Amino acid sequence: MADTPIIIDSGKCRGCKKCITACPFDALYMEGKLAVLRPEECRACNACVKACPFFAIATNAKEEVKQADLGDFKGIWVFAEQHHGQVQEVAYELLSTGRRLANDRGCELAAVVLGHNITDSASYLIAAGADKVYVVDQPELAEYEANVYTDALNQLIAKYKPEVILAGATAVGRAFFAKVAVRSRTGLTADCTALSIDKESHLLHQTRPAFGGNIMATIMTPNHRPQMATVRPKVFKMMTPDSKRKGATLMEALQLVAASTRIVRTERNAMSVNISEAEIIVAGGRGLKKAENLEQLKKLADLIGGVVGVSRACVDAGWISAAHQVGQTGRTVCPKIYLAFGISGAIQHLEGMRASDTIIAINNDPNAPIFGIADLGIVGDLFEILPMLIEAVESKTKRQ
Amino acid sequence: MHIIVCVKQVPDTANVRINPETNTLMREGVESIMNPFDEYALEEALKLKDAHGARVTVISMGPPQAEVVLREAMARGADDVVLLTDRAFAGADTLATSYAIAQAIKKVNAKPDLVLFGKQAIDGDTAQVGPGVSEFLNVPLVTYVKSITVSDGTFTVETQMDEGVDVIEGRMPAVMTVVKEASAPRFASLSGWMAAKKTAIPRWGAKDVGAAAAMCGLDGSPTKVVKIFAPPTKTGGVRMDGREEPSAAVEAILKALQDKGVA
Repeated sequence: MADTPIIIDSGKCRGCKKCITACPFDALYMEGKLAVLRPEECRACNACVKACPFFAIATNAKEEVKQADLGDFKGIWVFAEQHHGQVQEVAYELLSTGRRLANDRGCELAAVVLGHNITDSASYLIAAGADKVYVVDQPELAEYEANVYTDALNQLIAKYKPEVILAGATAVGRAFFAKVAVRSRTGLTADCTALSIDKESHLLHQTRPAFGGNIMATIMTPNHRPQMATVRPKVFKMMTPDSKRKGATLMEALQLVAASTRIVRTERNAMSVNISEAEIIVAGGRGLKKAENLEQLKKLADLIGGVVGVSRACVDAGWISAAHQVGQTGRTVCPKIYLAFGISGAIQHLEGMRASDTIIAINNDPNAPIFGIADLGIVGDLFEILPMLIEAVESKTKRQ
Repeated sequence: MHIIVCVKQVPDTANVRINPETNTLMREGVESIMNPFDEYALEEALKLKDAHGARVTVISMGPPQAEVVLREAMARGADDVVLLTDRAFAGADTLATSYAIAQAIKKVNAKPDLVLFGKQAIDGDTAQVGPGVSEFLNVPLVTYVKSITVSDGTFTVETQMDEGVDVIEGRMPAVMTVVKEASAPRFASLSGWMAAKKTAIPRWGAKDVGAAAAMCGLDGSPTKVVKIFAPPTKTGGVRMDGREEPSAAVEAILKALQDKGVA
C-alpha cells in the first residue's frame, strides 16, 4: 500500500459518513458501506481524522525529523522590494505587520533591501518599524533578475538564519521567493491575507484564500526554517512612520552569481495602468453590453481621478487589455472607492476587490451577488444612471 | 528545439460551490478543465513549433483522470505527453510538486530548450511551481511572459510586470511562466481529437522518475494545513431601487463619493 495522507481502517469504519461531510475537499466517498479516500484530492488537513467517531481514520504523517537547529533561527525579516531606489508601498505594509508579529514573538524585526544606490532607504525602513536593515548595494542588483536575487537572499539567510521571511506578493516577490524557498528546502505560502504567531507553538500561522476564494486555508511550516510567506499588497495598513525610531543599518558585500537574463528595454507609457495601486476604480462588466460603453466609464474615471477596471468578461470579449482586469485571474485591488457598473459579481471577481474601502454597485439584477458586499447597492439601469452621474459630477466641477 | 509544457487539470473554480452548512467544497457536477493559464503556455509552445519546428512534450501531474487534459493538448498539436501519477504524490505542496515535476522533466529530456508553465493554477493560485522547477533544474527563470521569440539558441521575451512591460533576453535553456496577455489559445482540430483519442498515454510514478520517497507527497511537504474555513462574508450595506427614480440613486452615489472626499 502506497503512502496516502490518511489511512482508513475498514475494520473500524461503520459507514456513518461523518468524515465525508467533514472533508473540505470532497476527497472522501462511500464505496458500499465504507468510506474511501481519493488520495489525489486529499490535502492532509485531518478534518476527517477528528470527525470520525469510531477512530477509524488515522493520519499517516510520519513523525518528522526536526531540523536539529530550528532554534538557531531567530528574528522576522521583511524583503523591502525597491524599484530604482523607490521602496514599494507593500514593504511598509509588511513592516507594520512584521512589527506586530515581532512583538508577539518577542524578537527583532529586520528589513532586507537588495539594489544599487539604495542606502537612503534604510532610514525610511527603520522609521517604518524595522530594528535593523540589511543593505546589499551592488550594481548587479540594480535590476531584478531572478537568479541573482535568489543567490543574494539565500546567502543572507544562510549567514543570519531568520525564523520568518515575508515579501509582497508582487510580480517580483512571488517569483523569486519561490526559488529562495526551494533552495532553502523550506515551505512558502503564497498570497497570504492574514498572519499571526500561534500562542502555543510560536509558529507563523499563514492564512490565504484557495479555490478562487471559495475557501480560506491556514497553513504553517512546523519543521523547516525559515517560515516564508508572500502577502498581498494593500491587505495590511501602513504605520505612520516615526523618524525618531532608532535602528541599525548593516551593509553587506556579497559575491554574486552572474545574471542569466538581462532587461533590454522597459516600456512604461501613460497608457499602462497599475490598477493594484489605484485609489479610485470605476469598473464595468458584461452589463456594459459593448466596448464603446467603456468610454463612458473612462470619462467618469477621468472626472473623479480614477482608473478603469473590468471583470473578466470584458477582457475575454476583447474590449480592453488584461491589465485592467480585476479578480482572481486579474489583479487584486484595494481602492478607497470601487464603483461597479453592470458587474454581477462572480466569486472570482469579488475575490479581487472585496477588500475595497467603499463598494458602490449598480446592476439591473436585484439578485446580483455583488450586492452582498456592496456598501451602496443600486438596482437600476446603468445606461440611465451612468450618464446622469457623469453630468452631475461635471456640473459640480464646473461650479467649483 | 524541444519544448516541455507543464499543464494541470483543475476544477473550474468559476463553478465551484460551497456547501453552506458544512463550509466544504462541493465538487459534484463541477467540470474539470485544463488550467486556463496553461492553455496560454501550450499556445506559445505550439506557435514556436509552427514557426521554427519543435518537439512539444506536455507533462501533467495529477490523478489518472487528468489524462483528459493531455489528450486535449495532443489534439491541439502536442507531439507527446506524459501523465505523472502516483499515490506517493498525494498531499504534495509546492516544494514536493516542483521536485516531482522536475524529476519527470529530467527523464523526458535532460536538456530541453524551454520549459513552459502557466502563470499560476486557478485552484491553488500559488504561482510557485514554475519557479520551483527552475530551481530544481538549475535553469534560468523568466516569469509573466506574454510573447516569446527565439533565434540561434537565444530568446527574447516580453514580460508583463506590475507597472508595464519589460523586454528580456537570455540564452536557452530557460523556464518560463506565461500570462493571459499572450496569444489566445487555438482550438483543437477534429482530426487532432481523433488521433489523440487513440494514443496510449504513458503513466509515470515516483519510482519511474527516480523521485526520493522522502521528498514526495506529504512527507516531502514542509507546509501543513492547520485549518480550512469559509471566507468571512461582508454583509451588504444600503440598498436602493434606482429603477423608478434614477436621480435619487445618482444623488446617493454623489453623496457616497463626497463622503470619501471625491467629486
